[in-house]
Formats: sequence, structure tokens, C-alpha cells
Amino acid sequence: MLINNDDVKKIAHLARLALTEQESKDFAGSLSRILGLIEQMNAVDTAGVEPMAHPSEAALRLREDVVKEENQRDQFQAVAPATEAGLYLVPRVLE
Amino acid sequence: MEWETVIGLEVHAQLQTKSKIFSSASTAYGAEPNTQACNVDLALPGVLPVMNQEAARMAVKFGLAIGAKVNKRSVFARKNYFYPDLPKGYQISQFELPIVGLGKMVINIDGKEKVVGITRAHLEEDAGKSLHEDFQGMTGVDLNRAGTPLLEIVSEPDMRSSKEAVAYLKKVHELVRYLEICDGNMQEGSFRCDANVSVRPKGQKEFGTRAELKNINSFRFVEKAIEIEIERQIDVIESGGKVVQETRLYDSVKDTTRSMRSKEEANDYRYFPDPDLPPMVLDDETIEAVRKTLPELPDAKRTRFIKEYGLTNYDAGVLTSTRALADYYESVCSHVKDNAKLAANWVSGELSAFLNKESKDITESPVSAGQLASLLNRIEDQTISGKIAKDVFEAMWASEGSVDEIIDKKGLKQITDSGAIEKIIDDVLAANNVQVEQYKNGQEKVFGFFVGQVMKASKGKANPGQVNEMLKKKLASA
Repeated sequence: MLINNDDVKKIAHLARLALTEQESKDFAGSLSRILGLIEQMNAVDTAGVEPMAHPSEAALRLREDVVKEENQRDQFQAVAPATEAGLYLVPRVLE
Repeated sequence: MEWETVIGLEVHAQLQTKSKIFSSASTAYGAEPNTQACNVDLALPGVLPVMNQEAARMAVKFGLAIGAKVNKRSVFARKNYFYPDLPKGYQISQFELPIVGLGKMVINIDGKEKVVGITRAHLEEDAGKSLHEDFQGMTGVDLNRAGTPLLEIVSEPDMRSSKEAVAYLKKVHELVRYLEICDGNMQEGSFRCDANVSVRPKGQKEFGTRAELKNINSFRFVEKAIEIEIERQIDVIESGGKVVQETRLYDSVKDTTRSMRSKEEANDYRYFPDPDLPPMVLDDETIEAVRKTLPELPDAKRTRFIKEYGLTNYDAGVLTSTRALADYYESVCSHVKDNAKLAANWVSGELSAFLNKESKDITESPVSAGQLASLLNRIEDQTISGKIAKDVFEAMWASEGSVDEIIDKKGLKQITDSGAIEKIIDDVLAANNVQVEQYKNGQEKVFGFFVGQVMKASKGKANPGQVNEMLKKKLASA
């Protein structure tokens, strides 16, 4: 196994995903198989090949520095679960 | 044991674009919460980032100014971490291919130059702000700042003391303001700094384990936080412990640093190229166009001021600390004849003192460069003395009129008529027989007393040079 149960739990925690014991075992298996495939590709000699950052040939489109957005806070906050004094409220975060 | 400190700094400079890096929302500071957070900034489903060309130009401008390699092809990557003020769950940043590569800055420590290497500078987006006051037991999130363009400037671990770290930070601060890519406002958080600090026995080659200090938002705190952290690390090692690699928060009230363990866990950022953003490619033409917008840089200006105006190193440093102040000074000089030194004294002395007192920027000075120059010309042509000029300046500051109007209105014109001065001197000598005797008996110190009395009697208007000269003659023949 390239990825064990603990690795999966750590990644799940970083992404704030709740997994059952069974799910994390299953994911350890499937993620390991994906990494296994990548291991196979590692066998190919890629010396001198420039790493690809994006599959398309396109270059990034740049826009003018102009403010075009208007204040739509009311609309956005109408669908937020909790707001107060213009703020979005989220479960308490403690440092 | 003797210890050596090793410091590297990461500076986050908010680029002063009008709109955000990947959305067209405004970046203006101080708006009502969330009124400048659009659907892209909020990470609503289906939105896509579109890069702001001005942010790219500003980053290139910085790269050119420090003589760094500007990468014509750079790549945006996702830095993944979970925090409520980062709605996407990742920050768009640059990882493997930043826009600015290796460069350097030269700092000055006790008259000696030292080169600090710049590892890289990359573009990224700022996060929002979390407000931890109690909102029904919840945390409040303001996303106005989310998506503000940042240039993260990473130095090499080249600094060896808190003093060097501050000198470097000030240098970067001065440069970004000269380049007009960042307003440098540390209180508002548009210029922030993290410090990587470690210690090692003097002479050892390998670096010690470092701690990253966060939340140091003034030059003074940078110095203090680093000092405190050095002490802590040496204490840990000398009492047999080991420094652990971690992020620590500086508490300016308690003047201590404390561990931020929560952050450590998340330190696996799982970077990967952002599929929403193909590589950014800049052509030579764009880069050369930016090069043409480079202003005279602080070091070059300082050297020129010393040469052109005959200023001391110190005066030149003060007067070139910001571009606006340097421009003001040069404007004054263009109106006064051959008296750049007097102009320097007034700009860095009286004028700066008044500006400081009212927390005003040079651009907000009620006394224009032209007006200050007229005042200096009145000192130069002996219409008023330097001392009286201070009173005139105060009246000019209060917008009481032009230099000549104020001099006329207040009757401040200097007395240069030798007859009038002689009369005053005679009166003073006649009224102070005792002191005249003392002077004759070799107590030359009383000379100052006479000068003071004459100036007082003339209400400060007598020409001090003439008073000195005539007093000497009078006393010699008395």
C-alpha cells in the first residue's frame, strides 16, 4: 500500500472531510492504486522534458485593471446561512 | 557559547491596483464589510478567475528594480488549506515558477554595505479577515480583502541580526513606495512581514531549526520580536532542549512569541498548478514597456543629491526617504539660488517637524515648495533673520498670507540700518555697566549676553551678523 489509513485520515482532516473507518480503508486502497499508476509512469525517462503546467497551449488572458463589480452584498447574503452586521458568520474558529 | 542569528524575511506587499487580482471588485480599504466581495471572491460555484494585467506589471517592475530575473513564463498554483476567510479552500499563488526569480538588495549597516539576496517574488491573492469577537458564539468573516493582489518577496537567510532585518525591511518598504506598487501602510496591513529566525553556534555551517514569526506589523515590532525569539531559542538550547520548527505569533503587548500549533497541522499545502489559469506569458515588449516606467531609484537619487546639492550622506538619506519628499526638496532648490544646504535644513527640520506634529504627509503640506523657497530667499537677501523666519513660517503654515505679506503685516523686516543698530547697542551698553566692566577685565563670555540683549531690544529683527561685528568694535573702544 502506497497510502495507508493514517495518510487518508490526515488528508481528510486537512480538507475537513468526515470519513468512516470503512471509507478511509476503501480510499487508502483506491488512492494507492492511483499512485501505483503514477509509479508506473515514473519508469519513463523524462529527462529534458519540460513539465506541463496546463494541458492547453493557451497563455493566460489578462484583463484591464478596472473596477466593474457593484455591491451585491444583499443578494449574496440572502442565501448565506448566518450573517450579522454585514459579516458572514461561520462556526467559531479559535487560534 | 557564542551564538549567531540567521534571519530570512517574507514580505507581503499589497499591490495598489484598483481592482482585485482575479476579479473586478474594488480593492479600496475601509469599505463596509463584504460590499467589495463579488461572486469570484466568495468562490460561488462556476466562477472563474481572470488575471489583472496591472498586478503582473507591478510585479515585473519590482523584479526589474532589484535586477532580478523576470520570468516570461510563470505559473499559478493552488495552495490548499482550510480556513473560513479563504472561501475556495485554496489560495491562488505561485510555487514552482514565480514571476520574479533571483535578485538582490543592498542595505547599509553602520556605514557598511551588505548584500541581501532575494530568492524570489511571486504573485498571490490575499485572504479575507476573520473577526473573532463573539457573534452569537460564531466567527464573523469579511471578504473585502479576499483577492487583493499581493507580491510576496522572499529573502535569502542572509541577515545576521535584528538590526539588519529592520534595515532590509525598510529598504524594501522604501522601494515598493518609490515604484508606486504598494502604499506601504503597515497599520492597514498593506505591507506585512513574517520572519524566519534560527540560531547556531558561531562558526557552524549548518542552519539551526527555524521558527517562523508572524503578526509583526511595525518596524519596531520586527526588531523586538526577533530579539525576543533569539533569546528564547538560545534559552531552549542552553537548557538542553531542542528548537522545534513551528509558526509563532508575536504578542506586542506581552512582548513574547507563542506557538500557533493549529497552523502546523495544516502545513501540508498540497500545491498543484491551477487548472483554471494557464501559464502567464509576458513578451519582451511588455517587459520593456515596464522598464521605461522605472523611476530614479532611491540609491541613485541619494548619490545624486550628495553630488548635485553637496548634502551629507545623512541629509540625502532623509530627503530621499520618499519620492514625494525628494520631489518637494528639488522643487524648493529650483527656486533658491545656490543654497541647497539651507533648503535641506528647512525641509528636513522645520517643515518635517510641522508635518509630524499634525501627522501630515508632505503632499498635504499647507506651505508649498515655491512658498518655502520665497521664505528662504528672504533669509538669503537678509530681509529677515533665520530666527524670525521661523515665526514667518509658522504664519505661512497657518495660511496667513504670502511671505512678503506676513513680513510687512507683522513688521518683521530685519534691521540692517547700521545707525539704528548702533543706537540699540549704545543703549544696551549704557544700561549694563557692570557687564561692560567684566568684559573689559577679560570675561569674554559676557559677549553673548550683550548679543542677547541687543536682539531682545530689537525684537529679534537686528541682523545678527552686523550686531556681532558692531558690538565687538564698540566694546573694544568702550
